[in-house]
Amino acid sequence: MGRFLIRRFISMLITIILVITFTFVLMHAIPGGPFTAEKKLPAAVEEALNERYHLNDPLWKQYVDYVLDVARFDLGPSFQYEGQTVNRLIEDGFPTSAKLGILSVLLTLCIGIPFGIISALKQNKWPDYTVMFLATLGVTIPNFVIATTLIYVFAVKLSVFPTFGIKNWQSFILPVLALSGYSLSFISRLTRSSMLEVLGQDYIRTVRAKGIPEYKVIFKHALRNAILPVVTYVGPLIAAILTGSFVVERIFALPGMGRHFVQSITNRDYTTIMGITIFYSAFLIIMILLVDLVYGIVDPRIKLDK
Amino acid sequence: MIKKALAILLILGLVFTSVVACGNNDVEPTNDDQVKEDTKDDTEDNKKEDEPKEEPKEEPKVEQVVTYNMGADPETLDPGKATENVGFNVIINTFEGLTNLDENDKAIPGVAKKWDVNEDATEFTFYLRDDAKWSDGKPVTAYDFEYAWKRVINPETASDYAYQLFYLKNAEDIINGEASIDELGVEVIDERTLKVTLQGPVSWMLEMFAFPTYFPVRKDVVEENPDTWALEADTIVSNGPFKISEWSHNEEVVMVRNENYWDKERVKLDKYIMTLINEDTTALAAFEAGDIDGTDGVPRAEIPRLQAENDDFMILPDLGLYYYTFNNKVEPFNNEKVRKAFTLAIDRSAIVNTVSMGGETPATGVVPVGINIGGEDFREAGGDYDIDPNKAKIEEAKKLLEEAGYPNGEGLPEITLNYNTNENHQRIAEAVQEMWKKNLNVNVTLGNAEWKVHLSNLSEGNYQVARIGWGADYAHPMTFLDLFISASGNNYTQYTSEEFDDYIRKAKSTIDIQKANDYMHKAEDLFMERYTVCPIYFASDPELMKSYVKGWRKSPLGYLYMDKAYIEGK
Repeated sequence: MGRFLIRRFISMLITIILVITFTFVLMHAIPGGPFTAEKKLPAAVEEALNERYHLNDPLWKQYVDYVLDVARFDLGPSFQYEGQTVNRLIEDGFPTSAKLGILSVLLTLCIGIPFGIISALKQNKWPDYTVMFLATLGVTIPNFVIATTLIYVFAVKLSVFPTFGIKNWQSFILPVLALSGYSLSFISRLTRSSMLEVLGQDYIRTVRAKGIPEYKVIFKHALRNAILPVVTYVGPLIAAILTGSFVVERIFALPGMGRHFVQSITNRDYTTIMGITIFYSAFLIIMILLVDLVYGIVDPRIKLDK
Repeated sequence: MIKKALAILLILGLVFTSVVACGNNDVEPTNDDQVKEDTKDDTEDNKKEDEPKEEPKEEPKVEQVVTYNMGADPETLDPGKATENVGFNVIINTFEGLTNLDENDKAIPGVAKKWDVNEDATEFTFYLRDDAKWSDGKPVTAYDFEYAWKRVINPETASDYAYQLFYLKNAEDIINGEASIDELGVEVIDERTLKVTLQGPVSWMLEMFAFPTYFPVRKDVVEENPDTWALEADTIVSNGPFKISEWSHNEEVVMVRNENYWDKERVKLDKYIMTLINEDTTALAAFEAGDIDGTDGVPRAEIPRLQAENDDFMILPDLGLYYYTFNNKVEPFNNEKVRKAFTLAIDRSAIVNTVSMGGETPATGVVPVGINIGGEDFREAGGDYDIDPNKAKIEEAKKLLEEAGYPNGEGLPEITLNYNTNENHQRIAEAVQEMWKKNLNVNVTLGNAEWKVHLSNLSEGNYQVARIGWGADYAHPMTFLDLFISASGNNYTQYTSEEFDDYIRKAKSTIDIQKANDYMHKAEDLFMERYTVCPIYFASDPELMKSYVKGWRKSPLGYLYMDKAYIEGK
């Protein structure tokens, strides 16, 4: 186990360095810089800004300095929001995104998996059709449509939930629903298909033939195998959802960090682009590691140390 | 097997119809609403009666709170560094300059109770009010202005808007390192007297003193947290009608009455909450649900519906120009006749009424309508340079193109019309493409690029014809005209003219309003009679505000003044 973790840790570092390098190169390859603006800056001011943010240094030096800063967990100052550091932008935005994300993941798991199971057990009967119908809707309708429809119906017409912001618990409901639409549906379908596959296998027939109660057959024998693809999916899902959704946060005017993924690029806010990418990749890599660890627990056949 | 296939088909069918239905709901709530209003008049009336029901409860005292949506989070609330609209809208309500602007955007006393001007209008002596105070109770002094301006013009501060101070003596030299900062044209006579020296006379200078970059900041406050003082409510000390009590980034800025303001009786609102909803559709939903009292941005697609059915909707004047810039150095636009033909072949009223639909005005020049100089509207006096605002002049355009050597569009090189990626710009570009095809028989390709890529291309002259715009910094024709001087970084036309520069210089350096006006007209004539650019429309400002909010003022520069606003009849 220890050796496995060390090996994974090293490969994580290499991945992060690759991510930094690629992002850095791509970012500097796009035309326009952080201070390209509609109202052109006086040359002296632009010079002073370049000086302040070390944009006058040769690129390789900027790169090396940046990597060294990152090693100290310092993501640098934001170019767009003067005086703000990227660390601060993430600290400010992440809690909101994470709160929404956790609620959304919980909703996804607590509803998606049972729905998938029900659907598999009642294959080609009405519960299956209902669940799969909803799931198809959820996968095909983009979240901005779900979000605006939810606002229109529940906030404008029925006035039961606030239209925007996060002032109280009620305001979490619509964004979480909009955020979960896709993953919830996807997990239901995934659980269903993998459940169906497992239920058709010989060992389930054997267990049933032995007269084991049906609930035990399902939860102890079938689900344990059927859940593996779901676990695989949930790791990256958590990373993606907890770091915020640009669309949902924008529509509900939530102060999360999803905006930075898009806006930092529009603004050529170099440090924020880098910081946010590194944060997300590190998060993703850790989630994948956790998934691998969970495999070992769920399925004893998988050995991590080899 | 067949049963299964049928079931799948059925599901797919259902899904498809419901998706389409949802799509409709989303895109066209217009129809839905109208139908509802037509058929269910009673319920609608009931609803309206429901709302005022709250009145009895609040009758003893109506809560004097306005919630208004501005959009994105302000980048900073530092008057010396702010450059964008949302930040300015907080700053103009929380800080105050030497002068204020009245209903017509003319200067009236602000922190300065009166001032003297010398004969050639290059020296101003301001006498500050004794009772002008900061929100922490300390007096506003002449030193605060001196400090603020020297800070902005110091290259180390790297203020994006430093050039707004270039009217002050030596300012430009200081920022270029050719003069020392002590040589800036500002001098403290005593705590309450400030002498300002200009580089040359500027007839709109008194209005400039009401511009945020000229607002005072407090030395001790700034120096305590030089980088972050203007990022949190706790560290901002201001001197305007309101002070900031709370700033939750990307959520809202809460402003409360500043009890230390010298004219606090004028301020009737207890609280002005500025929400930061960046999505217009959501802001509109919040407005219609009654969660906010007003909003700045309105989704374009909703404007026709709002115009028809919502009394709280209005289109306010806005000083902005939307235009296509020609690259005057490349084929075929190095030919004046071609530029004129392309300019005349556009039906501007069709664009305004059927494409952009935001209540804009067809543009017939560089300076927008609504700027009154010396008793007349600059645009009206300036004429329309053969451009018919109501239709395309097809025959004339065709003839011009033929004279230019391209009869019926033959022989023209490939032309690309560039715009930055945006739905409205795209729709307008498509309409113009169609008009040029139909009216001139010219095939134009459209090219779009992300905003900063687009700007880089324009700066480098790497285009043929491209979309761009400009919003006024101050209510004067000069803010539009001096874009096109040779030294301007915003002149993308590749056209430079000493004659034009000369007119602008003369207009800037005379105190005789009539003379300045003549020079500006001459400059615009010179520029437009050769069709250096192709104006499309003058901007507008669609706005929603509940009728119970009274006394507010939105200037054509996009600033919403809440100092006299109050709630009545809610």
